[in-house]
Amino acid sequence: MSNQEKYQQVFIECFGVAADVLGDNFTYQCVPAWDSVGHMGMIAALEDTFGIMMETDDIVDFSSYTKGMELLGKYGVTF
Amino acid sequence: MTADDYLTELAQWLEIPPFALAAGDKTPRLAGALARLTQHHRRHCPAYARLLDIFGDDATAAAGLADIPFLPVRLFKEYELASVAPDQVFKTMTSSGTSGQAVSRIFLDRATAAGQSKVLARLMAELIGRQRLPMLIVDAPGVLKDRQRFSARGAAILGFSLFGRDLTYALDDDLQPDLPAIEAFLARHAGAPILVFGFTFLIWQHLYLGLRAKGRRLALDNALLLHGGGWKKLQEQAVGNAEFKAGLKAQTGIERVVNYYGMVEQTGSIYLECPAGHLHASLFSDVLIRSPADFSVLPAGQSGLIETLSVLPFSYPGHALLTEDLGVLLGEDDCPCGWRGKYFTVTGRAPSAELRGCSDVRANHE
Repeated sequence: MSNQEKYQQVFIECFGVAADVLGDNFTYQCVPAWDSVGHMGMIAALEDTFGIMMETDDIVDFSSYTKGMELLGKYGVTF
Repeated sequence: MTADDYLTELAQWLEIPPFALAAGDKTPRLAGALARLTQHHRRHCPAYARLLDIFGDDATAAAGLADIPFLPVRLFKEYELASVAPDQVFKTMTSSGTSGQAVSRIFLDRATAAGQSKVLARLMAELIGRQRLPMLIVDAPGVLKDRQRFSARGAAILGFSLFGRDLTYALDDDLQPDLPAIEAFLARHAGAPILVFGFTFLIWQHLYLGLRAKGRRLALDNALLLHGGGWKKLQEQAVGNAEFKAGLKAQTGIERVVNYYGMVEQTGSIYLECPAGHLHASLFSDVLIRSPADFSVLPAGQSGLIETLSVLPFSYPGHALLTEDLGVLLGEDDCPCGWRGKYFTVTGRAPSAELRGCSDVRANHE
């Protein structure tokens, strides 16, 4: 699986959404499941998937599907 | 002031070490920011503007921290006070409160919520650095069950969970120590620094006393324990900070125990206990001790009502609040720990205050 597919899969599983909604408009709190609890669960799933540990500031700044891909670049995860 | 202006200014503040500025540098900066917030809220919260008119606040006169008009914290229980349009509110926080008691309702827009997280992260970095630590939460997993409406306890756990990883709950849903969960957690992180977080009363009543009853000792020697929520229930049992620390050390080996003072009405800009055992205001906050009789500002050494100031409340007029807590200012800029700023101690609740406190929720039913 490519990084893109793995990333997408985390969102699909954490938030119970279809792949076609994932894009620039998929932002924090845009679906009920992406609340603050869901956010931490998604971060943990991304960390497991990519074998990384994110810094607090990046978790705070992780405001959208697209922004998340940019932030993961800091940890060597490229798309 | 727009939300962008607010976040831009906050970003500049976040560059400054939070416990480094002495009063001469900090106070004018803080007073200026708070005065701008007063004007922002006056313009955008009609109920707040009416209150200022009643109090006779003269906007041009505000020169020092004591001149910033303060609201009694219980107003947030009686009124819905917001300085942003309803469609900008993205999260509503409620305070703890047992059944029948009113709860505060705090309306957050995205900017304020982001500001809270960033400031909390900045303050936590002073304690544990920038890395997230394996985190043991002294509470039951059920505390986050109702995701639509968290208790203050749930909200605090979520806020602090940003600083943890491998989040593990130390209590089961009957609030007994979950020894299998704790031991598996400790096995996964043997020898590593650990963050333990929870409410003062739950830690004492359910973790410490629970372990003692079972005759179990935990190997948490590498942990930092951060706890808050108030001492009221423990004071009734004559347990103060010294007994708390000694008990925890005996039963869990934890040596670094840090109390914090904070409230849902000013989430983020918490007051942290230093190694000398004093609560400290950071760059983002301050305290004034006011006389319960005439609300004049009291000097160090005298007990009075604690007023808390915070640069964070943008979406609601909560930047200067008179709490129902009693405290004593101990000094400013000269704490032996080396942190600058005011340092103080919380001594209890004002006698007339309604029963409240994050970790009292369960106790009151017992």
